[in-house]
Amino acid sequence: MPDEKSTTEQEVRCTRRETFVKLGLGTLGVAGAGAAVFGYEFLSPNVLYEPSPITNAGKPDRYPQGSVTADPKTGIYVVHGPEGFYALSAVCTHLGCLTSWLPEQNQIACPCHGSKFNAEGVKIEGPAPRPLAWLRVWISDEGDLMVDRSTTVPARQFLRT
Amino acid sequence: MAKMLDTYVNDLRESRLWRSVFRSGTGATNLHRALAVQQNIFLHLFSVKMRRAALNFSVTWYLGTLSLATFLILVATGIPLMLYYHPSVPQAYADMKDLQFVVSAGVFLRNLHRWSAHAMVLLVFAHMFKVFYRGAYRPPREFNWVIGVVLLIITLFLSYTGYLLPWDQLAYWAITVGSNIMSAVPALGKKIRFLMLGGNTVNANALLRFYVLHCVILPLAAILFIGIHFWRIRKDGGLYTGEAKSHE
Repeated sequence: MPDEKSTTEQEVRCTRRETFVKLGLGTLGVAGAGAAVFGYEFLSPNVLYEPSPITNAGKPDRYPQGSVTADPKTGIYVVHGPEGFYALSAVCTHLGCLTSWLPEQNQIACPCHGSKFNAEGVKIEGPAPRPLAWLRVWISDEGDLMVDRSTTVPARQFLRT
Repeated sequence: MAKMLDTYVNDLRESRLWRSVFRSGTGATNLHRALAVQQNIFLHLFSVKMRRAALNFSVTWYLGTLSLATFLILVATGIPLMLYYHPSVPQAYADMKDLQFVVSAGVFLRNLHRWSAHAMVLLVFAHMFKVFYRGAYRPPREFNWVIGVVLLIITLFLSYTGYLLPWDQLAYWAITVGSNIMSAVPALGKKIRFLMLGGNTVNANALLRFYVLHCVILPLAAILFIGIHFWRIRKDGGLYTGEAKSHE
């Protein structure tokens, strides 16, 4: 009889221990999930001190007919083609290098891995998976040509003035 | 003269201060030698005895030890470099140039750090090839191979994060390209890139994040895994000396 009593006591003790282990692990799990969310939120900056994606490219008559003008600071090309104005992103669609306009070859070329594009951003050769992005352009109330680098538009969408 | 020096050294090693630090005591017995290894926090990662064959150059080409040596050089040169380097956009490039042209011995430390970094990547790869082609990764050493792969990844990340710190054109475009490769990860790529750079472009946040990774997080991770790596050599039966040797 005393044997039986001690086994029941042991069972009770084990169950209680198991309960606390589960409680403890559960609490740690919640704390861990909370820490993961906190960590993710902490590592994602809420305010970025990056330059504005909207750039003022100046008066449209700065760009003569048939010209491709690169601005390496903002990473855009302003093109005044036969069908009107448009802006191309100068950032290569392969791995993000800054391309440059080669007027003598009538080509846009990337120095990193050799991608080449024509003046409308269409890929001629190289590893780039997509044509260069066409960016939204409009004329501001002051008559300046504006480019939004964060908004792409379908290709061959020209701005006529 | 040499004999006198010997007595001084012996007296020193028998002194109370010395014995309080090194408890094993003097003596040329195997027990004393074993105690000397076992009771030292650094040496106790290794076994107290090893096979003579494991010391032969042909067995390991000492590539693991050389990898450790380059890592130690990188720590010893990296810490002084930190004293003159500010991880900020206006200062980083100028500080790097100051280290080359203005700071005494700066160019020596910087070049030693740079060449050791190149050497470490080379030696770690050579070490892995040697282990692979000798079959030293096989059981019971398979887990230590995994630790080795983790150390390879840490080495490459140390190399990659250090690449940005000079903040010159090469660094900037290399990290631009590298972070765009990162964003090719399915589904999470863009997010990983954003967290890694702390923004959408390689900028002040990216420089600071790479600096903290390069100088704090990755070296600490490397030290931890190097410790496990060495301890596992002992636990897995010492350095692998080859099938034929172990049958003798």
